Amino acid sequence: MKYVDEFRDPELITKAAEEIKRLAEPKKHYRLMEVCGGHTHAIYRFGLKDVLPPNIELIHGPGCPVCVLPMGRIDDALSISADPHVIFAAFGDMMRVPGTNGSPLEHKARGMDVRIVYSPSDAIKLAKMNPQKHVLFFAIGFETTAPSTALTLMRAKSEGLHNFSVFCNHVTIIPAIRAILDSPDMRLDGFIGPGHVSTVIGCRPYEWIAKNERKPIVVCGFEPLDLLQSIVMLLTQLQKGEAKVENQYKRVVPWEGNRAALRAMAETFQLRPYFEWRGLGFISQSALRIRDEYAEWDSEQRFHIPGIRVTDPKAAQCGEVLKGVLKPAQCKLFGKECTPENPVGALMVSSEGSCAAYYNYEHRKAALVANIGSAA
Amino acid sequence: MCLAIPGKIVEIASDNPHSALVDVVGMRRKVDLGLLQDDMPVSGDWVLIHVGFAMSKISEVDAIEQMRTLEMLGESEAAVQEVRGYGLEEPQDQQAS
Amino acid sequence: MSSQAKLDISAPKIRFREPQIEMAHGAGGKASRRLVEGLFAPFFFGASSDALGDAAHLSINGAQLAVTTDSFVVNPLVFPGGSIGELAVNGTVNDLSVSGARPEALVIGLILEAGLRTDVLQDEIQAIANAAQKAGVRIAGGDTKVVEHGKADGMYISTTGLGTLLPGVEVSPQSVRPGDKILISGPIGDHGITILLARGDLDMEGDLRSDTRSVFPLVETLVKAAGPGVRWMRDPTRGGAATSLNELARDCGLGIVLFEDSVPIRDAVRGACELLGLDPLHIANEGQFLAVVASEFADAALKALQETPGGEAARIIGEMREQPAGSVLVLTLYGGSRIVDMLVGDPLPRIC
Repeated sequence: MKYVDEFRDPELITKAAEEIKRLAEPKKHYRLMEVCGGHTHAIYRFGLKDVLPPNIELIHGPGCPVCVLPMGRIDDALSISADPHVIFAAFGDMMRVPGTNGSPLEHKARGMDVRIVYSPSDAIKLAKMNPQKHVLFFAIGFETTAPSTALTLMRAKSEGLHNFSVFCNHVTIIPAIRAILDSPDMRLDGFIGPGHVSTVIGCRPYEWIAKNERKPIVVCGFEPLDLLQSIVMLLTQLQKGEAKVENQYKRVVPWEGNRAALRAMAETFQLRPYFEWRGLGFISQSALRIRDEYAEWDSEQRFHIPGIRVTDPKAAQCGEVLKGVLKPAQCKLFGKECTPENPVGALMVSSEGSCAAYYNYEHRKAALVANIGSAA
Repeated sequence: MCLAIPGKIVEIASDNPHSALVDVVGMRRKVDLGLLQDDMPVSGDWVLIHVGFAMSKISEVDAIEQMRTLEMLGESEAAVQEVRGYGLEEPQDQQAS
Repeated sequence: MSSQAKLDISAPKIRFREPQIEMAHGAGGKASRRLVEGLFAPFFFGASSDALGDAAHLSINGAQLAVTTDSFVVNPLVFPGGSIGELAVNGTVNDLSVSGARPEALVIGLILEAGLRTDVLQDEIQAIANAAQKAGVRIAGGDTKVVEHGKADGMYISTTGLGTLLPGVEVSPQSVRPGDKILISGPIGDHGITILLARGDLDMEGDLRSDTRSVFPLVETLVKAAGPGVRWMRDPTRGGAATSLNELARDCGLGIVLFEDSVPIRDAVRGACELLGLDPLHIANEGQFLAVVASEFADAALKALQETPGGEAARIIGEMREQPAGSVLVLTLYGGSRIVDMLVGDPLPRIC
């Protein structure tokens, strides 16, 4: 696969790993945060921790939009969808996320019309194919996905599609990074910066991290060589005492971002004054709501929503794991009450949630890596 | 929110310039080009696909440059080691290495 | 699922506590296993905690027989590379084959939906007959029921198969030893991805076909080449290769290491999995089988498979080890590793 396989070349990976070992000063302990859930997933999927020296610690950040979604929002959407004339449409990632009375898939088993879509365009297609029903598209994601929802809203309006609305849970990445840096328990040396969010917002929005917080940040791709190269770049900056924004993912990320995408978002969305993030609390100016000009396609304006606030069970330590203060295995419920099959918190359901990633790919191998030889 | 895959545009729809057929190792997917309207790609271009939308054009030049940088990793250090190995420094420098 | 003669005391008893049946219980992964082991096994097999295999080997008044049953539910009924009729024959034939038996006869149960067009039904009957002839099995009889419109997705098929035991073949998780090699007969994921595309929900298409076929000729080849060295076999259907291998790891208490770059997979399947965020190791196959073979026989076994028509893509993909006990570890060429677990529910595409 072009633009994929080259960046998985085993020889180059070994080379990059050696360079990292060379750059990492033995007496130092480096704490690097990958903000984006996609990076968390990639790190585990490619087993990259196995090739890093022990004094480089990767801390998982809160960039998992499913993980930070408060349970009350799922309940709200499912309560609208309880009406037999409503079709609940969402990405696969959402289907097993637990609401108070079960996940969307469990609701489907009890008779709710729940459909998996692979694109917001599919949700429009569903609406056209089911004129007697109303399609509620449950939109989640950071700025990577928001522009696609924006174009979809614009299309719904221009085509006069009336049986379609978006339940918008889009959030923005910068406030999440700010919340991490403001957290008193955090000591970080640098950031592996979001890759695909940056194709939309560009690299400028991270400049305050370098200037004001004096932390290096490297915008990073998702293949093993991207991650390792970004770590090389971070270590090089740290060695030189530098703190700047660098773009490792140049082949895809334009420094200025995607103007057309930003325009579409400005046309259809505005910032909510505040929004609750699971585990992080209320953050101002951190989430998008649909503009009044598109009220007809805003589920929250079309329907009455209960606005339920659901607090997480006290024992669940989702917030601390989200912020990187705790490792997944340190949460009291991890692996016992909370597993991918019976998730208590969203970090265990979302495939990029640190708990699920750790559980699925890692936890049984922790003690065993020493016994394992290399691949034949 | 990050699963995005590179694909090659094989056909732009004749009735809709924002709709394209993209090939990913033999899988063909319909993709919306609306986000790239400021710099529309053409057939043969590679784009990054996320939830059925093209997010960005992939720059072959930058990809090649990245590969070159990766291939050269450690080489400047290796060159230094090699020179040291030739024993060309003064005796007092050798003690420092 | 059926009970083998040997005891397995390493797998814990799981009792089924869920209040209702979900789709996940039929997906072939953890939920399915909980249902079978927690609800069915205690009733059918009593206190025995035998490992559940693909087919049961019964000794009745001196006659040695293998018997198995399987049900086929697929939407759409017809897809590139096959149809439900073919799946119904090959699925059961394969279950018998990997248990170490020669498939001999099938009986077919049909549940038809009122409103099903006769020509559609006839096509499936033809498909069943053709597949049976190709696989060398007799259709010995069957039964038909009709249910109301809306209750059977067109048709459901259930097949029960009988076979005779292959001499000298005794496969079970308990026979497996550290150092044994793991082979697969061909590329993974063709069937599951074909079905996903055939449903038409995705704006995606590709030149893929289901791999449905009888694996008996290849099993027979393997047994001839490796005879006493064949320790275990399974056809990785729902839940994919990862699920079958996790079941083996749990049943025998050993660990499995897979070499990621050795697992055969077609480009198009790989592309679809990357696009959808799916793991090919979790995708269903209908014409492949996994085998654990003693290392001294492995190379000869592989060669024999690769020289048999239909086995050209066979590969050694991993080996049994002491660790990670009970789990499956995938290794990359650069030394990275990840655990791959049994499937939880249906494989859900993701965008994150």
